Amino acid sequence: MNNLALPFTVFLKEILLFIGGVGLLFRDVVRELFKGRFYWRLVSEQIYQIGMRSLPLIVITAMSIGMVMSLQFGLGLEKFGGKLYVPKLLAVTILREMGPVFTSLMLAARVGAGIASEIGSMVVTQQVDAIRALGTSPIKKIVIPRVLACLITLPMLVTLANIVGNLGGLIVGALELNLDPNFYLLKIMSTSSIQDYLSGFGKSFFFALFIAVPSCYFGLNVKNGTKEVGIATTKAVVTSSILIVVGDFFLSKLFWIFEKMI
Amino acid sequence: MSEKKGFIEVIDFHKSFGSKKVHQGVNFFVRKGECLGLIGGSGTGKSVLLRSLVGLEKPERGQILIEGVDIVPMKERQLVEIRKKVAYAFQGGALFDSMTVFENLAYPLREHFGFSEKEIHKQIMEQLKEFGLEGSEKTLPGNLSGGMQKRVGLARAMMMHPEVVLYDEPTAGLDPYNTKRIQESILSLKEKGVTSILVTHDMPTVYAVCDKVALLQQGRIGEQYTIEKLRQEPPGAMSQFINGESA
Repeated sequence: MNNLALPFTVFLKEILLFIGGVGLLFRDVVRELFKGRFYWRLVSEQIYQIGMRSLPLIVITAMSIGMVMSLQFGLGLEKFGGKLYVPKLLAVTILREMGPVFTSLMLAARVGAGIASEIGSMVVTQQVDAIRALGTSPIKKIVIPRVLACLITLPMLVTLANIVGNLGGLIVGALELNLDPNFYLLKIMSTSSIQDYLSGFGKSFFFALFIAVPSCYFGLNVKNGTKEVGIATTKAVVTSSILIVVGDFFLSKLFWIFEKMI
Repeated sequence: MSEKKGFIEVIDFHKSFGSKKVHQGVNFFVRKGECLGLIGGSGTGKSVLLRSLVGLEKPERGQILIEGVDIVPMKERQLVEIRKKVAYAFQGGALFDSMTVFENLAYPLREHFGFSEKEIHKQIMEQLKEFGLEGSEKTLPGNLSGGMQKRVGLARAMMMHPEVVLYDEPTAGLDPYNTKRIQESILSLKEKGVTSILVTHDMPTVYAVCDKVALLQQGRIGEQYTIEKLRQEPPGAMSQFINGESA
């Protein structure tokens, strides 16, 4: 029993430290965002790094998911004569769940890892200390540009993934399921609503924070040399991914409640 | 600030890492224009003490007075003004590896002064010349030798014309030629009236540039002597440390 208790208390302590640390970092981001100088150039650099350079990954992933789902839905529903429902099912699934969740998971893997390892290396080589010693703020110079870039680019990437995913579905629908492309397109347009789109789009802002803030936190908390950079990178990706997947349930619930209200 | 005491004054400084008490009441002062050499065995907390003087670490107890103002309770925002006065020369240079030498040197100027790009260019070229780094402005730090990286770090620290410079092992791992160049840079700044604290294990550099030397031992300043006294008759514990007879 004691053997189990020790790792559990260590795990619990780490979780509490993480919640507290991320909370404080987020507070500092909000506080410093509106104070003093704003680094537009750094934000635009990060938008390029995070957004533009993730485009191929997002397009390939979204296209593949759309195609696979269309095939699976089509072949599954064909037995019950429900092949015609593929466009509607696919569109709603992509807009509400698959688009935002898969795009965010891909970004967590690519960008979360990049942020944590880059900041971690800067800590190890004392560049973060140098930023402070030169009278500037690492929150302003490092964290805020990355958080803002994620907040700006992820919703855009999600929108793109939604389009590409549905396009993938349409291609398989037309070529493999023998559905008329015009019918497919019409069905998407007529059956998916703006609420479907906004539900997924709205989630993407939360997912952006789930990626950027923990990744910056783990990077900034690297202490004992380069070995810890790798550990921080792994922690950043795992934590961001868990937050996205678990957070998705609660956000979906929240958005449903919100939709019912209006 | 009392005339008797210093431009920098450390009073009853206590710092621990976990259960390890690194500093247990460090006291010393440095007068304006003076250069203090801080020596001591590895792990005695010399660099931590130096980092605390610019607010990069916070002690658990004690005061750090810069021109009579205690910087310990200051927040990051308040420390900005202190950091314009007190420059820190990192052991490895701590250069921003994604920026060229020029951009590294321009960093403090662009952040804190309203200079035009033309003026910034002029100041950087003068600084590069002073530190013997002409022609390296477009080079990335990764392509520089260790000695040059240290000199660029020192040049960057000096861009804001600080009143105090804190050197963390400025000559560690350097060949005699580069060591001499760093010593010359420190002496040149000293001649301009810059107050400095030098953390080092390199005794020839201590003899070359320092006015007094303090030995950090067992969490306190064990002994402190002027460089003249050290030259004449190396005293007890410090003599043992210098001769490698104690840590």
